[in-house]
Amino acid sequence: MRKEDIYKNIKELLVPVGAIALGLLVGAIIILMIGGNPIEAYKALFIGAFGDKNKIANTLARSTPLIFSGLAVAFAFRCGLFNIGVEGQMFVGALAAAYVGANVTGLPKVIHLPLTVISAMLAGGLWAAVPGVLKAKRGVHEVINTIMMNFISYALIAFLVTDVLRAPGQTPRTVGILPSAQLARLSELVNWSNSRLNTGFLIGLAACAVIYYLLWKTTVGYEVRSVGLSPMAAEYGGINSNQKIILAMVISGALGGLAGAERILGFDRALILGFSPGFGFEGIAVALLGRNHPVGVLLGALLFGALSNGGAWMNFSTDVPVDLIVVLQAVIIFFVAADQIVRRLFPKKKKDWGVV
Amino acid sequence: MQPILSMESITKRFPGVIANDGVNFDLHAGEIHALVGENGAGKSTLMNVLFGLYQPEEGKIIYKGEEITIDEPNHAIKLGIGMVHQHFKLVPPLTVTENIVLGSEPKRGLKFDKRKASKDVEDLSKKYGLAVDPKAKIENISVGMQQRVEILKTLYRGADIIILDEPTAVLTPQEVHEFFDILKELTKQGKSIIFITHKLNEVMEIANRATVMRRGKTMGTVNISDTSPTQLAEMMVGRQVLLRVEKAEAKPGKEVLKVESLSAMDDRNLSAVNNVSLNIREGEILGIAGVEGNGQSELIEVLTGLRKPTSGEVFLNGKKITGLTSKQIKNHQLGYIPEDRHKRGLVLDFSISENVILGIHNRKPFAKGVNLNYNEINKHADNLIEKYDVRCPNRQVHVRSLSGGNQQKIIIARELEVDPVLIIASQPTRGVDIGAIEFIHSQIIQARDKGKAVLLVSAELQEVMSLSDRIAVIYEGEIVDVLDAKEATEEKLGLLMAGIRNNEK
Repeated sequence: MRKEDIYKNIKELLVPVGAIALGLLVGAIIILMIGGNPIEAYKALFIGAFGDKNKIANTLARSTPLIFSGLAVAFAFRCGLFNIGVEGQMFVGALAAAYVGANVTGLPKVIHLPLTVISAMLAGGLWAAVPGVLKAKRGVHEVINTIMMNFISYALIAFLVTDVLRAPGQTPRTVGILPSAQLARLSELVNWSNSRLNTGFLIGLAACAVIYYLLWKTTVGYEVRSVGLSPMAAEYGGINSNQKIILAMVISGALGGLAGAERILGFDRALILGFSPGFGFEGIAVALLGRNHPVGVLLGALLFGALSNGGAWMNFSTDVPVDLIVVLQAVIIFFVAADQIVRRLFPKKKKDWGVV
Repeated sequence: MQPILSMESITKRFPGVIANDGVNFDLHAGEIHALVGENGAGKSTLMNVLFGLYQPEEGKIIYKGEEITIDEPNHAIKLGIGMVHQHFKLVPPLTVTENIVLGSEPKRGLKFDKRKASKDVEDLSKKYGLAVDPKAKIENISVGMQQRVEILKTLYRGADIIILDEPTAVLTPQEVHEFFDILKELTKQGKSIIFITHKLNEVMEIANRATVMRRGKTMGTVNISDTSPTQLAEMMVGRQVLLRVEKAEAKPGKEVLKVESLSAMDDRNLSAVNNVSLNIREGEILGIAGVEGNGQSELIEVLTGLRKPTSGEVFLNGKKITGLTSKQIKNHQLGYIPEDRHKRGLVLDFSISENVILGIHNRKPFAKGVNLNYNEINKHADNLIEKYDVRCPNRQVHVRSLSGGNQQKIIIARELEVDPVLIIASQPTRGVDIGAIEFIHSQIIQARDKGKAVLLVSAELQEVMSLSDRIAVIYEGEIVDVLDAKEATEEKLGLLMAGIRNNEK
């Protein structure tokens, strides 16, 4: 790597790292104010997230859907679109995975599993295509439409899971995923873990690499980024921005669909109503923290996963309530969004090329 | 003579750059003082310090014999310093009177005293000879009158010093003369004027003295009677510059672009281009002169495929290109330097490498299948940086961080390197410093001499006159006349630009 590149990368990291540091600081003050011991609390937080092999596996498992949803938000954002509808795209993806994974029978795993995963991606992609087409053809703002599509998906999934597709039993859930469509869990591969961490995590890592390649190494990615940064310059450059907007929404939605597929095929092995505590929305925060870069998204997802799992541990081993985690996340996001505050507090030497 | 205002060793730093470095500036009562310099020389910073928008780190301001600090624009206004910005700050649906008094309205009780406001405005307008219609709405009056409204605004607030930032950019040559008469009248009544500009002929015509800035420093203050445009240009740039464009006789060949009765609408769906017919041949520069906003932008957008025409045809090298997409037209070997380089010409947050392939990113060798071929792209970028003398640390910097001149060089490099048959250059030197202007002009002439057809649109009449072989004048979307450049004079063009045809005189 050249010197400028290293410098650039350090610069990119400055704001998120600074924001996390400030977030922990503010958190510590709050813990002190409620009469707790910040050092004890953070120690518990860390142990809860990374204390042993099993805890690490659980942290990775909690991070996996966030990798997909963070990538989904980041990719759309690179095309200048704010996809708030990842949650809904994840739901329809989950629905497709639950249906194809449980009801298509007689296929070998090499066909059934990919088919199920692809159906989830297709469902998410098509769901996101609706606001994409409306934006491209009619100029309807995607924020409004993706939010409304979320509500439709909540209602749809509630209806289907409590009625049409419901498996016998107390809780509303679909019938179990057939073994031929399951993503293998770590607990099935090694005997030290009882974690539900599954091969979906590896798909998440691969997705980061694919999205990176797509955005920066291909002509399509170049066009998507042009549209995102400067729609008028893209138009001048002969780029069909409407086409790119639809494409970006479809890819973003497909990533959302993948988030659902991992939960259904690997983690829960059935669609349980309420399986998501808001992975799609957390993805927005993760993308923001990761500066819409696949590597940043991965790191952001891991952080949020760790905070979530560590927070639960902190909750029952100290007096600090789990709600502190939400505060921490909020403060970190606040400082990332208000990046000027961080830049002032951590001043950097700025080289100026302005006057030549 | 005792100056009414003097700014002594003003230093203003921004992170990583010294915008004003020990700048000295003084203003005599009743003079017109031109402040000249290239973009980024620090003129605006200095005036923003004077107007209270920035606080200098060092230096002092002495006004009417007292040292003062100006901490905000309202304070400056109270002290009698007024500023007319380049882009007017008027409220279009309000009347002239309402705009002038806005923010310091005369009141009767809690009510806005409209009658007193009208009377005040009328009195002011008579006193200073600034003809305005107090009851007209801003959106319905000419740009020239809007400018008078801006000046009245400062006078209404009791300004003794008026700062004018690039005031003539939006005016026709005739309006410029009227405007200069107004300035003279104002100085007669004791007002002092600071005139920010980069048009040296205007400095020579109107100013008493000029202060030249370069790279944040004052290069000196000269009396206009003792100086020449060449000397001022040298002070601005720091070396000798060619103010005249030197070019050989044109040798036009076969017809490249033919436009037949073309019409188009603007963004508000009003007629913008009206029945325009034009032709350009190989080895020829056709300039389009006109006051901004008379359909030039829309005409160019239609020719380049960014806007759909309502009627008419366009032929490029005999092939019909009407209604094709911009991508398809580009493939007919069109080089296009757009008027707004920040919005259209460049993706500011892309690197130089990424910008030099905008529009040709799908072509070999830059694309290899679905992938970008960075080896070729980087090679191309380095090549263009060297050939077109783009001053930059390396090809990876975002073009946002480059100066206007260097940004424009990147666009020109990209567009000329595709070996176009037709080059459309819209405002190619807007906001670019003199050194770069010289370079860009010579590139355009060279392209012409290599047999390219060039369509040049510029708001700078001087530029159109010095570069073009033929000049078409556009007024309200119509081509009023096409003149041979040798026959064109500023007066003739000026009348045509105001819509007055020869036979109507």
